[in-house]
Amino acid sequence: MTSLLVLLVLVLLSVALWQLTKIFDLTQVGKQSDNTQIADDNDNKVNGYLLFGFLGFIYLITIFCIVNYGGLPLMSNSASVHGKDVDQLMWISMILIFIVQTITQALLHYFGFKYRGRTGQVATYFSDNNKLEFIWSSIPALVLAVLIFFGLYSWTDIMFVNEKEEKPIVIEVYAQQFKWTARYAGDDNVLGKANVRLIEGINTLGVDLADPNAQDDIVTDELHLPKGKKVVFKIRSQDVLHSFYMPHFRAQMNCVPGMVTQFAFTPSLTTSEMRDTKEMTEKVANINKIREAKSKQLVAEGKTALDPYQFDFLLLCNKICGSSHYNMQMKVVVESEADYNKWLKEKTKLVQSVKTAVAEEVAAKLAESNPAKIDTTSVKKDTTLVAEAPTKQ
Amino acid sequence: MSHAHDNHAHDHHDDHHEHHHKDTFITKYIFSIDHKMIAKQYLLTGIFMGIIGVGMSLLFRLQLAWPEQSFKVFSFFLGEKMAPEGVMTNEAYLSLITIHGTIMVFFVLTAALSGTFSNLLIPLQLGARDMASGFLNMISYWLFFLSSVIMVISLFVESGPASAGWTIYPPLSALPQAIAGSGLGMTLWLVSMAVFIAASLMGSLNYIVTVINLRTKGMTMTRMPLTIWAFFITAVIGVISFPVLLSAALLLIMDRSFGTSFFLSDIYLAGEVLNYQGGSPVLFEHLFWFLGHPEVYIILLPALGITSEVIATNARKPIFGYRAMIMSILAIAFLSTIVWGHHMFVSGMNPFLGSVFTFTTLLIAIPSAVKAFNYITTLWKGNLQLNPAMLFSIGLVSTFITGGLTGIILGDSTLDINVHDTYFVVAHFHLVMGISALYGMFAGIYHWYPKMFGRMLNKNLGYVHFWVTAVCAYGVFFPMHFIGMAGLPRRYYTNTNFPLFDDLQDVNVIITVFALVGGVFQLVFIYNFFSSIFYGKKTVQNPWRSNTLEWTAPIEHIHGNWPGEIPEVHRWPYDYSKPGHDEDFVPQNVPMKPGEEVLHH
Repeated sequence: MTSLLVLLVLVLLSVALWQLTKIFDLTQVGKQSDNTQIADDNDNKVNGYLLFGFLGFIYLITIFCIVNYGGLPLMSNSASVHGKDVDQLMWISMILIFIVQTITQALLHYFGFKYRGRTGQVATYFSDNNKLEFIWSSIPALVLAVLIFFGLYSWTDIMFVNEKEEKPIVIEVYAQQFKWTARYAGDDNVLGKANVRLIEGINTLGVDLADPNAQDDIVTDELHLPKGKKVVFKIRSQDVLHSFYMPHFRAQMNCVPGMVTQFAFTPSLTTSEMRDTKEMTEKVANINKIREAKSKQLVAEGKTALDPYQFDFLLLCNKICGSSHYNMQMKVVVESEADYNKWLKEKTKLVQSVKTAVAEEVAAKLAESNPAKIDTTSVKKDTTLVAEAPTKQ
Repeated sequence: MSHAHDNHAHDHHDDHHEHHHKDTFITKYIFSIDHKMIAKQYLLTGIFMGIIGVGMSLLFRLQLAWPEQSFKVFSFFLGEKMAPEGVMTNEAYLSLITIHGTIMVFFVLTAALSGTFSNLLIPLQLGARDMASGFLNMISYWLFFLSSVIMVISLFVESGPASAGWTIYPPLSALPQAIAGSGLGMTLWLVSMAVFIAASLMGSLNYIVTVINLRTKGMTMTRMPLTIWAFFITAVIGVISFPVLLSAALLLIMDRSFGTSFFLSDIYLAGEVLNYQGGSPVLFEHLFWFLGHPEVYIILLPALGITSEVIATNARKPIFGYRAMIMSILAIAFLSTIVWGHHMFVSGMNPFLGSVFTFTTLLIAIPSAVKAFNYITTLWKGNLQLNPAMLFSIGLVSTFITGGLTGIILGDSTLDINVHDTYFVVAHFHLVMGISALYGMFAGIYHWYPKMFGRMLNKNLGYVHFWVTAVCAYGVFFPMHFIGMAGLPRRYYTNTNFPLFDDLQDVNVIITVFALVGGVFQLVFIYNFFSSIFYGKKTVQNPWRSNTLEWTAPIEHIHGNWPGEIPEVHRWPYDYSKPGHDEDFVPQNVPMKPGEEVLHH
């Protein structure tokens, strides 16, 4: 099927090429003697009109894209508090860009058409005008000054987090080749120290288990956030650069091995509220239509159909990080504060999980070497093992 | 060069030079020290590399439009290892985008564009016999050739070519455990780039010295064509910033091969802790972009210089605001070295730095706007000769505006948060520097082809080439903004692996169709280029009725460029349609008439 398509495309292309050359050749009829390969009046005329037509093409493709794909861009219904400012600035910049684009392209192509060369036409000797230069350096300067001011104001607002006063919830996001993990700071809201040199067994984040702050840390593979509370993400990577990217929250920060980066925002919509927004219901309906069509084809080929899609916030990797870069996400759930607390309460603390794991391991070892002597003492011994584990490094 | 050329020298044919220069085939065509021949060598090598680079983009566009489908072309070009049963692997995809970026940025748009036209035009437009050092110039080309060969060889190593993106951020590029392409492929990439930088520096130093020292009598700095200004400043930026990339590459080689920790720290990979401590990938990003951003202007300025010349000549009008154009070239060059941080707003560097870089970045829009407006005003009330070179120049202004405007979004740190590293960026830089610089290169080729090969390119094939390319370039990159704004990250092997981006797939198909059509139509150019070398219409000495000095040199290439005396310059290069003259152009070597006014320059 595809090879047929490719063949078809190639055939049509060569036909198009042949026709185009013919058209240009036809414009030369009656001028065979003039074969200088330099544009003559006729070329100027044809290409002048084409330039004008090209202006139409630029406008058409702009309109086509806005009508058909204008719904795709993330310029409204952001799910975070600062997202509103970002979107507003985006709209202002976009509108400005479109105005300038429309005018300058029109001038450029219209002049190309209007002043196309004709024999006997004389160009105006006009080489300089300081007033004009002044006008078109100062107008962009003024407009940009406004944009810079607005942009920097929002940037400072977003990037500088006062943890002492605002007391945001601290969550670590940990990146590794092709997986995200989250660590909640627990009741004390302080993350325990961590370093990749402490990675051992199920302590895959290298948390310093001897650190008092680490005792209530909770490790999860799903990110839950409470609506309306500021969250500061402490971001680490264990291997290569990744980028913590949550387009719906207008949030992005690189994950850099060897340092902790951060990004903070306040979610303003829960997952279910987001699903109910007009934009999202339309988007999901559209995606499901596409998936249904695909499913039909898959079923016809004897494969399993695709599941219908339900929107979930995602944390994506947005910095090339290896072969499966394209498939590194984590589900993000925004819920009410009560639901969030309930969810977090049900999670086991890391220290506890490590204890259990080590106990199981030791028990298994003992059972192997000395099946008869399993008793409580061995379990007691484990706890010391856990405490010693980090210092061993 | 000596003044030994007699008037009769150029009457002889190529093969009759022996009596004053012992030109064998090797010294004339291979190890030539003649700037015109070296320019042609750069151009041919660049076209060859360009075919590879563009071809790769077509391959991965196929994958993006029809993900994980089997294509015979994949089996043919990539082989069983990179495309088992004709399905491109994800590692092969990353290799293709990496090498596509590297080849297009460095080998085609830096070396081939600058190398070709700086070499061809600097001596000819300045009225010099040759470059300041012909020998250094030859070495420069052959080092570039060597680096191209190494880069091409790296495509065939067993572990695959470099695949960490053209920005080769460590640790991914430093650790073969992280991705297979970071093994021998990456080593060759780095070696190739080190050689490339040496070539580029030798070329740049030569250009600078030639411009400063070898201008003919009367050729003051403010009588130089804008092409020369652009090449000159480009060379200066290159000399300032390329050494920084060299040091970054050397430190990376040390991290990779000798266990140092310049860019690496605290890494746990493949089940073990690596010994690196205290380095920072952010340092590499700073070093890389200290070159990387000026690199954009190293690519673009020569294209803008070529365009200035082509537009003025074909509009039969002086370029509007000659001094403003020079000032904006200087401003762009200066600003370009202090804006690199806008590639790193979300790299983890101090957000305050982000504020500073937002400020400097948006400033660069001002000289860029001045240039765009000046081009448009140059067209106003002209007598436009719409030759293919002129169309490509107008096309350049168009894509430069379209692509440049979105820079206002990306340069604003607040807005960059959400579109950083998405397809929006891909669309932006392809339009503003990729397509624009390619148009500049095409404009240069169509315009100076008669100077290089003594024959004309077929104009009708040129028109077909331009119009299809122009439509396809917008067809590819305009819709791409929208999928970027929808949050689709770049360098994704497929966007259909999870449902969030399923609705972007049809856009990807449209983009690929335009890319394929545009790619195939480049064959028209290739055909036109090579067939015209042999069968093109013989040119006259000054086919475009242009003012600059290269058209006063004979069609036949001779060592030293001009038989007899070198021309003396009496006026600026933009006296087109000057009142009081019979012709609509007055070449630079024509003395001022008694009482003729020097207008505005």
